[in-house]
Amino acid sequence: MLRENQRRFKFDWIIIILFLVLVGFGYLNILSASHVGEVTNYFDTSQLYGKQLIFVGLTFILIVFILSFEAKFYERFASLIYLVAILALIGLFIFGKDVNGARSWYGIGSMTIQPSEFAKFATALAVAKYISDLQTNMKTLKDQLRLAALIILPALLILLQNDAGSTIVYLAFFFVFYREGIQQIYLVIALSLIILAVLALKFGILISALVVLFIVFLSYFSRKKKRRSILQYLAILIVCIGFSYGVKLFYEHVLKPHQQNRISLWLRLEKDPAKLEKMKKEEAYNLIQSEQAISSGRWTGKGFLQGTRTTGKFVPEQETDYIFSTVGEEWGFWGSTFVVLLFVTLIIRILYLAESQKSLFSRVYGYGVASILFIHFTINTGMVMGLIPTVGIPLPFFSYGGSGLWGFTILLFIFVKLDSNKINEW
Amino acid sequence: MRKLLLLTTVILVGLIFIARLFYLQIYNNTAYDIFEDSAIRKVYNYPKRGYVYDRNGKLLVANQPSYDVMVIPMEVEPLDSLALNEFCYLLKITREDYANKLRRATNYSPRLPSPFVPQLSKTDYAVLQEKMRKYIGFYIQKRSLRSYQTTIGANVLGDIGEVNRGIIAMQPYYTLGDLIGKQGVEKTYENTLRGVKGIKFIQKDRFNKNIGPYKEGVYDTLPKPGKDITITIDSKLQAYGELLMKNKRGGIVAIDPSSGEILAMITGPSYDPNLLVGRNRSKNFSALFRDSIANPTFDRGLQAMYPPGSPFKTLNALIALQEDVLSTEDRVSCSMGYRYGNRKMGCHAHSSPVNMNSGIYQSCNAYFATAYRKIIDKYDSPAEGMDNWSQHIKSFGLGNYLNNDLAVGQPGKIPTADTYNRAYGENKWYTTFTISNSIGQGEVLATPIQLANMAAAIGNRGYYYTPHIIKDIEEDTIPSSYKTPIYTTIDKRHFEPVVQGMYDVYNKGTAQSLQINGIEICGKTGTAENFAIIDSTKTQLTDHSIFVAFAPKDNPKIAIAVFVENGYFGSRFAGKMASLMIEYYLKGEITRTDMENFVLRYSLEHEYKKPYSGEPFGINRQTILDPIDEAEFQNLLKLKAEIPKS
Repeated sequence: MLRENQRRFKFDWIIIILFLVLVGFGYLNILSASHVGEVTNYFDTSQLYGKQLIFVGLTFILIVFILSFEAKFYERFASLIYLVAILALIGLFIFGKDVNGARSWYGIGSMTIQPSEFAKFATALAVAKYISDLQTNMKTLKDQLRLAALIILPALLILLQNDAGSTIVYLAFFFVFYREGIQQIYLVIALSLIILAVLALKFGILISALVVLFIVFLSYFSRKKKRRSILQYLAILIVCIGFSYGVKLFYEHVLKPHQQNRISLWLRLEKDPAKLEKMKKEEAYNLIQSEQAISSGRWTGKGFLQGTRTTGKFVPEQETDYIFSTVGEEWGFWGSTFVVLLFVTLIIRILYLAESQKSLFSRVYGYGVASILFIHFTINTGMVMGLIPTVGIPLPFFSYGGSGLWGFTILLFIFVKLDSNKINEW
Repeated sequence: MRKLLLLTTVILVGLIFIARLFYLQIYNNTAYDIFEDSAIRKVYNYPKRGYVYDRNGKLLVANQPSYDVMVIPMEVEPLDSLALNEFCYLLKITREDYANKLRRATNYSPRLPSPFVPQLSKTDYAVLQEKMRKYIGFYIQKRSLRSYQTTIGANVLGDIGEVNRGIIAMQPYYTLGDLIGKQGVEKTYENTLRGVKGIKFIQKDRFNKNIGPYKEGVYDTLPKPGKDITITIDSKLQAYGELLMKNKRGGIVAIDPSSGEILAMITGPSYDPNLLVGRNRSKNFSALFRDSIANPTFDRGLQAMYPPGSPFKTLNALIALQEDVLSTEDRVSCSMGYRYGNRKMGCHAHSSPVNMNSGIYQSCNAYFATAYRKIIDKYDSPAEGMDNWSQHIKSFGLGNYLNNDLAVGQPGKIPTADTYNRAYGENKWYTTFTISNSIGQGEVLATPIQLANMAAAIGNRGYYYTPHIIKDIEEDTIPSSYKTPIYTTIDKRHFEPVVQGMYDVYNKGTAQSLQINGIEICGKTGTAENFAIIDSTKTQLTDHSIFVAFAPKDNPKIAIAVFVENGYFGSRFAGKMASLMIEYYLKGEITRTDMENFVLRYSLEHEYKKPYSGEPFGINRQTILDPIDEAEFQNLLKLKAEIPKS
């Protein structure tokens, strides 16, 4: 008995409490966003809130299950779990079910399961496993490529299933790699490429080329002594211009029209008011509704179940991707800020704990968890508030859906388990 | 360092998000307004508009239901060609109209309802109602329109019409398509008559379906019916006055001096108030409004400022007594005019010299020029005298707005020292410069209602009640300001000689021919010169005919001012009309049918055409009276016979 108690109290209760508050608050908002008329039966499984309640209930069983395994289990079987996840993703091409044009679900009776939600923690485990291997050296190109392959494989499979949003999540691992020692230049390149892409789209290739030229000049003349050869600078210049051109081509010819429109709206590329109006009607309906719902919340919100836009179901997909707009409308500025702070606190707490791990595997995994949650939170909330172009990914613990909730729960609680085990690590 | 990248990014993102929330929810946001919330449907329930009764309880204005087709552009779903044709057919509009109306409504607001086709007939409504659910984004709003129980008093009663956007911007009670009082008592008593519309807030979903009452209907309100009002108008007197004014232009205002209640308020030409009801309102109103020659929407009883002429002399007599510059027995001699310096103000032939009594009833210009000079020159400077005189005059309600409950009005004009200082320079003018004021010309202007009020003040011997049109409001009281007498600057004792003079106008003066058996009328004729610019030359036209009277002499029950444009001397038209009105009001019948026949028979339309015909014309003495044809005359007599029955 005594041992049991000691074990229990080793879990990080801050994370668990944050988790409980997020899931609980999430459920309330799903109830608000999905109820029609008076709620008579909270367990009514024909309603989304009823289903979600069952998902939440099952989550607790899942947590007990995860925590009951030995911490070493996850490290040992990381590769296997990854393999299963990849097979599950491949299996979708044969057994999968099309929903809204994405082939991301397995249908089992009336239930659907979305393997991409589970692939995230599997990938995080695999990455942790690989990096924590004594043989691995983050500075070598070989290991870097292998790690990249670990990520690109699930990301590519998900992309092929037409779920571009979930693909973007795998960019989260960049933070993990950076933390674990890939060269600084990658960060510089990554940031440069992002800036260059935005410049090229917003101001055209010529401007972006001029900016690059200017910076190249600047760096050339600022270094009086260890100047590199002109050819090197020229190469950088050409690569940059080539990249700008590539981005432009990608935007114009590879992206689907609705994706183009989303980016165009975000960067305010369209100048023709008539076309802009049409674009807004087609693409930004959700966004406009969502922003209006949030705006109408003011300081304190309209109150639980009192949101007029939420009750009227004005924001499409409000219980899933747009759940944050319910918070904005019904709980106002204070409620929304509270949710933002919950996420920020949770992520920082995970980072803090990750840094304190003795086992490299635990630390890398923890970093992976924090990064994945961060990307989800940033993209989802940013999108709902109109800061980021529309990308369809859920808000962790909040959005309706069993797979999502369970995927994030497993992701988080494996870390809780690993963390609880740190005193046993030598 | 590497540890910090994600940490700082997380904190940065958190701060950006909170800033964005602040921007969306607090900074870039006006207070939540349920009326702006497109998720809540607002269903209005319009109350009954208050009825309008005349002073004898006769119903003048009631209601009739009306149905507007409203549109919320955002919710409109495109109709296929077949459905569109049917819809246009039912609404009696073309497909082009449909597109235009929809565009106009969208321009106003895509979210707020706009009237699409207002005021359907009952049969159109019946047919349309069945099919309305097919036309998504459109609905029918029931309102009540006016139903006039009379054809008179258009200028008094006014009308209601669609509220304009300027008013909506200032008074958020109104929404597009609401009806609001535009003129007359409908305008001044809008808030009393309209009541308060009821509203239901209904939660809808994004497919525009009603889900149920918003917050179980806690914000819903029931309509409050408008209050009925009784106005001071005597509809029979009003009808009779309008009849007398037929084929003439001018204004009549009759007031009960003992209360300030306006008994009749006539403008000619007038129109049938029923023209301004329903779908044809705007068409008819523009036609009336654009008629800049006859100008039927211009209320000549309230808005037309004329030089008051001789009736104004009575005030100068009163001021002379008050200022003690002249006694009633002081005599002034007059040989066809008043001479000052090397100039002369003409007068007509009458016995000379005159005292105050004969000065008034003979309307002697020299007498009043003398009185006026004495009034002004009593003071050290003409400026001081002028200001003092002006103050006396203004105490009779002249030279300023009456501040009453009529929708329109004009201040008239009474000069002060300032007026002349500006024209001539300070201390550079003398009393004689302003001598025309003594006989009601010069810089003096007044509206018929001001002259009627002046007559009431004289009849009351020194005070008047603000002329007003409201007599009674259902479950409410009328403002106490209408029940408080306003005193003139003239002491009561000075009135008797002037009243006597006005009585003698009927006895032996200019209105001798207008006597009515059994009624002691006090009056004063007037004639005002009339100039118009024709082809950029100042041309004299036939004088305006003016008459001011009250009756009976003691405790008067009616005070009246009549103004007939181009009517020539005062007793020709205005005097007769005033006397007839007085008799009709006090006796309920007409004994002087000779006067009545004269007024009804003769039209002045030919006079009004003179400036426009381009032909040479004569004025005043050279005018010929133009009778209307017999059938029309008989028709007018028939109309007169119908007044008591209506």
